[in-house]
Amino acid sequence: MSSQVYTPGLKRKASTKVRKTRRLPIRGKVLVKKGDNVKADTIVARTFIPGDVHVVNISGLLGIDAWETSEYMVKREGEEVKEEEPIAMIKSFFGLFKRYAFAPASGTVERISDITGQVLIRESQIPLEVDAYIPGKVVETLSNEGATIETPAAFIQGIFGIGGERKGKLMMIAENPNEVLTAKQLESKCNGRILVGGALVTSDALQKAVKVGAKGIVVGGIDDQDLTSFLGYQIGIAITGEEDIPLTLIITEGFGEMGMSEKTFSLLREFDGKYASINGATQIRAGVMRPEIVIPRPELTEKIGDSEEKKKFLEQGLSPGTPIRIIRKPYFGALGVVSKLPIPLQTIETESDVRVLEAELADGKRVIVPRANVEIIEE
Amino acid sequence: MPRTTELSKPEIRPEKMKIILATDCGSTTSKARFFKKLGKEYRFVASGEAPTTVEAPFEDVTLGVRNAIREVEELTGHKLLAPHGVITPSRGEKEGVDLYVTTSSAGGGLQMMVAGVVKTMTAESAERAALGAGAIVMDVMAVDDGRRPHEKIGRIRHLRPDMILMAGGTDGGTVKHVVETAELIDAAKPKPRLGVDFELPIVFAGNKEARIPIQRILDKTFALKIVDNIRPVLELENTDPARNVIHELFMEHVMSHAPGYDNLMKWTQIPIMPTPAAEGKMFRTIAETYNANVIGVGLGGATTNVYSMYEKKFVRTVSANLGMSYSICNVLKETGTKNIIRWIPFDIEEENLRNHLYNKMIRPTTIPQSVEDLVVEHAVAREALRLGFEHHKLLARPLRGVQRRRTIADIFEQRAFEETYIDMLHVDWLAGTGGLLSHAPRRAQSALMLIDGFQPEGVTKLAQDSVFMMPHLGVLSTVHPKAALEIFEKDCLVRIGVCIAPRGVGKEGEEVMKVVVSMPDNSVLEEQVDFGSMKKIPLKEGEKAEVEIFPFRGGDIGRGSGKRRRVVVEGGVVGIILDARGRPLVLPDNNNERKQKLIEWFRFLDAYPERLYEICCR
Repeated sequence: MSSQVYTPGLKRKASTKVRKTRRLPIRGKVLVKKGDNVKADTIVARTFIPGDVHVVNISGLLGIDAWETSEYMVKREGEEVKEEEPIAMIKSFFGLFKRYAFAPASGTVERISDITGQVLIRESQIPLEVDAYIPGKVVETLSNEGATIETPAAFIQGIFGIGGERKGKLMMIAENPNEVLTAKQLESKCNGRILVGGALVTSDALQKAVKVGAKGIVVGGIDDQDLTSFLGYQIGIAITGEEDIPLTLIITEGFGEMGMSEKTFSLLREFDGKYASINGATQIRAGVMRPEIVIPRPELTEKIGDSEEKKKFLEQGLSPGTPIRIIRKPYFGALGVVSKLPIPLQTIETESDVRVLEAELADGKRVIVPRANVEIIEE
Repeated sequence: MPRTTELSKPEIRPEKMKIILATDCGSTTSKARFFKKLGKEYRFVASGEAPTTVEAPFEDVTLGVRNAIREVEELTGHKLLAPHGVITPSRGEKEGVDLYVTTSSAGGGLQMMVAGVVKTMTAESAERAALGAGAIVMDVMAVDDGRRPHEKIGRIRHLRPDMILMAGGTDGGTVKHVVETAELIDAAKPKPRLGVDFELPIVFAGNKEARIPIQRILDKTFALKIVDNIRPVLELENTDPARNVIHELFMEHVMSHAPGYDNLMKWTQIPIMPTPAAEGKMFRTIAETYNANVIGVGLGGATTNVYSMYEKKFVRTVSANLGMSYSICNVLKETGTKNIIRWIPFDIEEENLRNHLYNKMIRPTTIPQSVEDLVVEHAVAREALRLGFEHHKLLARPLRGVQRRRTIADIFEQRAFEETYIDMLHVDWLAGTGGLLSHAPRRAQSALMLIDGFQPEGVTKLAQDSVFMMPHLGVLSTVHPKAALEIFEKDCLVRIGVCIAPRGVGKEGEEVMKVVVSMPDNSVLEEQVDFGSMKKIPLKEGEKAEVEIFPFRGGDIGRGSGKRRRVVVEGGVVGIILDARGRPLVLPDNNNERKQKLIEWFRFLDAYPERLYEICCR
């Protein structure tokens, strides 16, 4: 008997096929075609978003009624204007006195409203580009929207991150997954690198990493206070990725001092010095993504896992023998395999009746845990 | 073009329905509830739950729904699923259902921006209408909100709502300001959250004189719908037309673009309803059935929804980002660590608590396994409820802009019109739903959370949703009210008991209330309660007792300061709760005294297992 009631685990794969769909937020032009080989910084699509808008209260400035606005405009809808150029004018006292309203910015007159007496000036369009993020092959183009890039790679997901996409070479700082990453360990050679720590990154280490110009940090845990002081504000909802910070931080295990999982640590060590693309963007709700580390491996040529395999894995769910990790106290972090999946609800210490599983931990101990408190280890 | 679900659906004939399946796709969990007609009445049979799968790697809501339904199949042996979806109609006693309905708040629910002219008038009415439709209101924009036009444009662009509701002006009044708002929206050219190509729906419910200019400005770029004015005259708030069209657009434009919903819409026989809208329907049912003032709360993973039906006025608020899983850290952020720790009867380091809650936020589907963990979650829940109610009271207030004559009572009570009209002394029912409340292992725990979060005064009935099925019954009631009401009465509404709490504060140990209870077996109990303490008198569900309450020293139990009150109360799974902790409730400043008090209250109500007290004594 298997069960689908489980939390999908974080992916840690030495070799997999990574596909990234790079999409514009609004329609635009796709600059690559199917089959193209691209670098991580190749621009794959471009569009223009409408420029900023300035509202000018013409009727107020000229002391006229709103319905008279068009009459006193010297620029018409659709006309271009330069900053400080007069856009409306009123003459008084037989034309001896003139009062002007000036354009607050260069752009185009978008609307003249005789109802509100307002005029909208739209600045020129702002270009918006999307790069490939990972080097690889364009396997699909999405008409007017973007393209999908594919590469064989090692792929590791974190549990939480901040900061957006960044690229750089991985650099192991910690010697073991339980080590604390401190400021002392960081030097100028960390410049442009993605640093790999162990169980915790301190606040000082974060500041030092910024100072030496590191691109990112991958570490097991962080204290919430250190995260707050680094960001300058407290996070309330796990929707991140847009922070204005100089490096990307990826937490692989959780908050507090938490040894990085052996598997994650050894994978990162295996690729020490290799080029990686990372993204701290996390959305646990509404859309959803976990932070990630993609280490492209163009040398891999043999057939590697595809989406069908993933689908099959997800459908399989929990069953006896499935490798799991417990993700809540009192066994937080423990690894094991499912030994039993009892169907009836069971009463746990809280007196709640819940669906549980029996897990055999790595040390041979058997424990009962709610099914909701485990994640499948997908390797 | 998006498809509406009403098309090509078979006719629904309630009298033919014997087997019903309902699901709710919550932000954290998808919950299936299975109902059957047993003899002459409809009853709840079984439930199944599974993590919601709107998010990656699944990105298909129907997977979670299938998993939850599969649990029901396992528990009942009734075959419900086929490869194409839920099997309808039923085939005999053990296969298929006659009706499948669902609600949803997954994927962020319905996220709206509202705009009006005057912040405290039309903008507030628009906010109430959007909240009434079950939406999360991302921002309220008004001409007088203090923001400059370019700031508003920037904000509208950044938000990417699912829908915008625009109000403003009374019918026949000035059109200038409402047109100004339309111009700003058009200038911002906001894109919807889901779907690159579809047009953002805008509902205009303002001055009817402004319809033509509004159409001219917005019709080309947006899916504009025009409905009757929300405030046709200042004295009237008319939210129903806006609310109805929001529901339609929710289905056509929003749900049809969320992952997997196109399929789910094919499975259901009636449109998918936003969870808060369905939940609200059932709280209204309580108020209407018992002709009572009711406050209800749905404490979810991402949001806290508070509903009040007070003197026939119904108000629903959705506090986005106050919840027990995804938004748990926002509760922490809003209230602060100390306010959470004050409800925990054992020592816990602030840093540990914060890290613990952050870990819950990033793994939102996990549940407490230890009793300490449970108590910590319950502490956060009290604060989420308190904050949610504070938010609710800001909108449950009289209409602005209406001239009123102050009564003598208003003057004596120094009641300002800005304040909520909800007087806790006159709230008859306090009811809760949502995963955490419904799944609290002992009902006394939910009773305490509700009491601490809302601080009811006077005599208040306490109730809760048995296994979280109010949204399910809410959507069911739209097509089969009889079934929904029967199940609601028999299987959903758990009567916890009644809370008797005088308004006012006293000194520790001072006698504040005496109650004389005429029990169903004709015995008479007399209890004296000192300030700062709680007591419980067992009175079973279905039993009634006459209670005479004597408040002392300025305490008010609903009949005026120091005046006695005689009332017949109904029992419940906990019974009669005498709460003399004071209103407002203040916990001792001294840490040890505070912990002692919490333990004392927990023990009085037999709220937690003995192991908790062992931990506290360590």
